[in-house]
Amino acid sequence: MPEGYSGQGFFATSFDKVIGMARKNSIWPLPFATSCCGIEFMATMGAHYDLARFGAERLGFTPRQCDLLMVMGTIAKKMGPVLREVYLQMAEPRWVLAVGACASSGGIFDSYSVLQGIDQIIPVDVYVPGCPPRPEAILDGIIKVQELIGQESLRRRHSERYKELLNSYGIA
Amino acid sequence: MALTYDDIQQRLTEKFGAELTDFEMPYEMLTFTAPKTLNLKVLQFLYDDLNFQFLTDLTGVHYPDRKGAELAVVYHLHNLVDNIRLRMKVFTDIQDPKVYTATALFATANWMERETYDFFGIEFTGHPNLTRILNVPEMDYFPMRKEYPLEDQTRIDKDDEMFGRG
Repeated sequence: MPEGYSGQGFFATSFDKVIGMARKNSIWPLPFATSCCGIEFMATMGAHYDLARFGAERLGFTPRQCDLLMVMGTIAKKMGPVLREVYLQMAEPRWVLAVGACASSGGIFDSYSVLQGIDQIIPVDVYVPGCPPRPEAILDGIIKVQELIGQESLRRRHSERYKELLNSYGIA
Repeated sequence: MALTYDDIQQRLTEKFGAELTDFEMPYEMLTFTAPKTLNLKVLQFLYDDLNFQFLTDLTGVHYPDRKGAELAVVYHLHNLVDNIRLRMKVFTDIQDPKVYTATALFATANWMERETYDFFGIEFTGHPNLTRILNVPEMDYFPMRKEYPLEDQTRIDKDDEMFGRG
C-alpha cells in the first residue's frame, strides 16, 4: 500500500500514488517476440512462472490497447521501422522492456543486418540481460518496470525532459 | 540411355568449342566456366537440348585475388527428366560487374538475381526490377564482398565503449 492516512473505514493518499498502484498492477503487455527470447517469454506466461501473478495476465495483440512493449529477440535493421511504428501506435503512458542481449545491444549479431540495440530507434525503460534470459530474469524485468510505473509522476509525460527524450528519437 | 556427364560435356564442347573451360567434378558434380557474354546462349542450349529446365540456385562468389575476374555468378541447374545436376560459373570484373539476366529463361532467377545484386553488387543487365531484396534499401555497400575487415572499423552504429574497443 502507498503512504497515506488510514482510519476506521477510510484511507487517504495522493492521486499519483493510487493511479501508479492501479497502473503497475494492471499492465497490458504487447509481446514483440522475434526469436528465442520469445520462447522464454512463453514459459514466463505459462503456469509454472505465471506472469499473471503480477497483474499482467492480459496480453494485447494490438499496440493501441497496450502499456508495455516487450521486445524479445533480434531486431534486424529491416524490422526497425516496423518496431518503431508499433511503438508510435501505442498510447501514452507507454513503457518499453528490452528482453535479451539482442534487443538490448544486438547481442552476438555484430553484423551489417542487425540493429545494435532497439534503443537506437525507440526509448527503452528496462533492459533484461541474458541470451536468452531465464523466465525469472524476465519476471525481474517486469517487476522493475512495475517499480518505474508505480513511482512515475502523473506529470512526467508532459515534462520538457520527456519531450526532449522523444525528440531525440525524432518522435514529436 | 540416361544422360551422363560425359555426354553433357561432349555436347557442350561440340556446340561451344573452346569457349567453355575448366570442366571439373567437385563433389562429383559437373562444373564449368562460361564467358559472361555467352551465359544466356549456354543456358538456352542446356534448356532446349539437354533438358536442364530447373534453376535450383543462382548466387555469387567474390574472389578478391582473381584480378579482372573477381566476381563469379554460379548457376545450379537440374535436369528433372534424367535427374542430373550441373554447375555453371560466369566470371566478371568487379569494376564492370554486368552479367546478362536469366529472367527471360527462368522466372525464378528474378529474386535470386536480386539477392545476388543485394549482396555482391552484380548488375544483371535486362533485369525487370533490380533492387535490394533482403537488406534495407538505404544500404550503400555490398556486404558479402570480401573487402571488409572481419569487424568493420567504419561502423558508427555500435557503441564502442560497451564492447571494449573504445
